[in-house]
Amino acid sequence: MDWLQSIEWMALLKCFVTGGLICVIGQILIDKTKLTPARILVIFVTTGAILGGLGIYQYIVDFAGAGATVPLTGFGYNLAKGAIKAVKEIGILGAFTGGVTAAAGGISAAIFFGYIASLISKPKMKKE
Amino acid sequence: MKKLGKQTIKFDNPPCITEVASIVGPKEADGPLAKYFDQCLEDEFWGEKTWEKSESKIIKETVNMAIAKSGISSTDIEYCFAGDLLNQCISSSFGLRELNMPFLGIFGACSTFVEGLSLGAIMIEACAQNVLCAASSHFCSAEKQFRFPLELGNQRPQTSQWTVTGAGSAVLSKTGSGPYITHITSGKIVDMGIKDANNMGAAMAPAALDTLICHFKDTGRSPNYYDAIITGDLGHVGKEILIELAQDKGYNIKSNYNDCGVLIFDKEKQDTHSGGSGCGCCATVFSGYFFKQLKDKKIKRLLLIATGALTNSTSTQQGESIPGIAHAVSIEI
Amino acid sequence: MKPLDSKKDYQNYVDKKSPNSPIWKNCLNAFWVGGLICSIGQIIMSICKSRGLSTEISGTIVSIVLIALSAFLTGLNLFNKVGKFAGAGSLIPITGFANSIVSPAMEYKSEGYVMGVGGKMFTVAGPVLVFGISASIIVGLIYFIFI
Repeated sequence: MDWLQSIEWMALLKCFVTGGLICVIGQILIDKTKLTPARILVIFVTTGAILGGLGIYQYIVDFAGAGATVPLTGFGYNLAKGAIKAVKEIGILGAFTGGVTAAAGGISAAIFFGYIASLISKPKMKKE
Repeated sequence: MKKLGKQTIKFDNPPCITEVASIVGPKEADGPLAKYFDQCLEDEFWGEKTWEKSESKIIKETVNMAIAKSGISSTDIEYCFAGDLLNQCISSSFGLRELNMPFLGIFGACSTFVEGLSLGAIMIEACAQNVLCAASSHFCSAEKQFRFPLELGNQRPQTSQWTVTGAGSAVLSKTGSGPYITHITSGKIVDMGIKDANNMGAAMAPAALDTLICHFKDTGRSPNYYDAIITGDLGHVGKEILIELAQDKGYNIKSNYNDCGVLIFDKEKQDTHSGGSGCGCCATVFSGYFFKQLKDKKIKRLLLIATGALTNSTSTQQGESIPGIAHAVSIEI
Repeated sequence: MKPLDSKKDYQNYVDKKSPNSPIWKNCLNAFWVGGLICSIGQIIMSICKSRGLSTEISGTIVSIVLIALSAFLTGLNLFNKVGKFAGAGSLIPITGFANSIVSPAMEYKSEGYVMGVGGKMFTVAGPVLVFGISASIIVGLIYFIFI
C-alpha cells in the first residue's frame, strides 16, 4: 500500500472541511432561495472565475487543495487561471484560448462519458 | 338543464355514471388506495420505449376497460372527452386515435377529469346516450416536460407534489342506476400571484375556494349537505390553506373535506412531500375509490372539485405567476 | 389582515403555511458528502503527484476521474439517490456538473441521438459553460489591459 504513504493526512482534513463548507453554502442557497440547480451552478462557476481572476481563490486552493478545486468554484478558478496564464504567454488571444484549454479535459470527459452513458443505459423512475 | 346563479348548471335528468376504470403505476400501487384500482402496473414503461408511449397506453387501456366493464358496445358511445398534461395533449390523442368515435380533446391541467365529466354531462343532457370521459398523467413524462431529467440528482422542496402515474375513465349514460351528476359548477381562473412551481397547492387553493363558495351560493347548499367534499390535487399544503380560507369566509369544511393528492400516497412512508398531483390524481382516486363508495352507498352526496394549475415550463421560466382553476361536480346516489 | 386581500398578503400567508426544508440535516449531509468527494479528489491528486505528474495534469486527471465516476453512477440510476440525500454535497463538486450533462442525455435519448442526446445534453449544464467561459475571457481581457 505505497499510495497510502503518499497521502498527507493534514492536507486531506483541510480538503474535507473546505470542500464540505463550500457545499454547505450551496445547500443554504438551495433551501433558502428558489434558485434552480442550473442557476446555483452558474453562481458558483462565475464566483470561482471572479475570485480566481482577483487572485483570492489561489489562497483557498493553496490551503485546501482538491477541497477548493473539485467544487464548481474550482472549475471557474481553473478557467480564469488558464486565461491569465495564456495572456501572459501569447497576449490578448490568450484570453480566448486559455480558459477552455485549461478546462478542456473536464469538458470533453463530461461530453464523452455523457454520450456513452446515454448509449448504454435508460432513465429509471425514482422510487422516492 | 337549468342555470343556477352565475356558474352552476342543474340537470333535469341527471346523467348517470355507469362505469369507471382506473390503471395506476407502481408507486400508486404501494399507496394506501392500491386495492381500489382496477390494475396496478409493475413498471412505468409498461413494455413501451418511451414515457409518452407508456402514458398513451395507460389511457387507452383504461378507456377500453371502462367500456368493457360498462357492457355498452363502443359503437354506442357517441362522444369522448379526454385530456392530459403533455404538450398538445398527445397522450390522449395518440392513445385514443384508434377509438373510432368523435373525440373532443380538453385541457384543464389537473382539473381535466372533472372538466370532462362536466362537458360529458351537458352532452348527455343535450343529445347523447353515452359519453366517455378520461384523463391521464405520468410522473416521468411530466417531470421531463415540466421539471428536470429523472436522473438529475436534485432535491425536491417540501411543498412539491408528486405527479400521479395513472389514468381514470368514466362512461356516462342517459339512464342507469346511479350515481348521478346532479350539478356542475365551472370555475373561473383565479391567480393570486404565486410563482413557485414547487408549490402548486398554494397556487390552486384560491381557485378551489372560489368554486366552492360559488357552488354553495348558486345551489343554496351548505358544506354539511355533502358526505364528502373532495378536491383534486391541492396536496397537504393546499388542503390546509383551503380549510383556513374557507373558515375565513364562513364555511366550515373541516369534518367532511379531503383531497385526492393527500389520499393517494402515504406521505411518511412514500416520501411524496405535499402529496399527489396531475390529471391522473383526481381521475384515478375518483374512479378507483370514490365511485365504489358511492355505489356501496357509504357516501351518498359527493362534491368533487378538481383543481388545475394552468402553467407550463415557458411561463414558469419567464417568471409568470400560476393561474389556478377548479371545476366542481356534485355526484349523488 | 385576511390572506386573500391582496397578492402580497397571500404570498406572505403561503410562506407561513409552507413547510421548510430540514436545513440543518441537509447541510450536514451536504457537508460530509461534499467533503468526501473532495477528499477522493485529494487522494487521486496525491497519487498522481507522487508519480511525478505536475499539478495541472494531476488536477485534470482528478476532474476526469470524478466526472467518469459521476457519469457511471448516473448511468446506473444511482446518482439521483445520492443527490436526493446529499443535495449540494453532490451538486456543487464537479460530479454535479457531470450529472447535469449525463442526465438530460439519457432522458432525451428517446428523441434521437443527434437532436435528443446531442442537442439536449447541455440544457442544464450549458449555462455553466456560457457563464464560466465568458467570465474567464473577461478576466483574461482585464488582465491584458491593466497588467
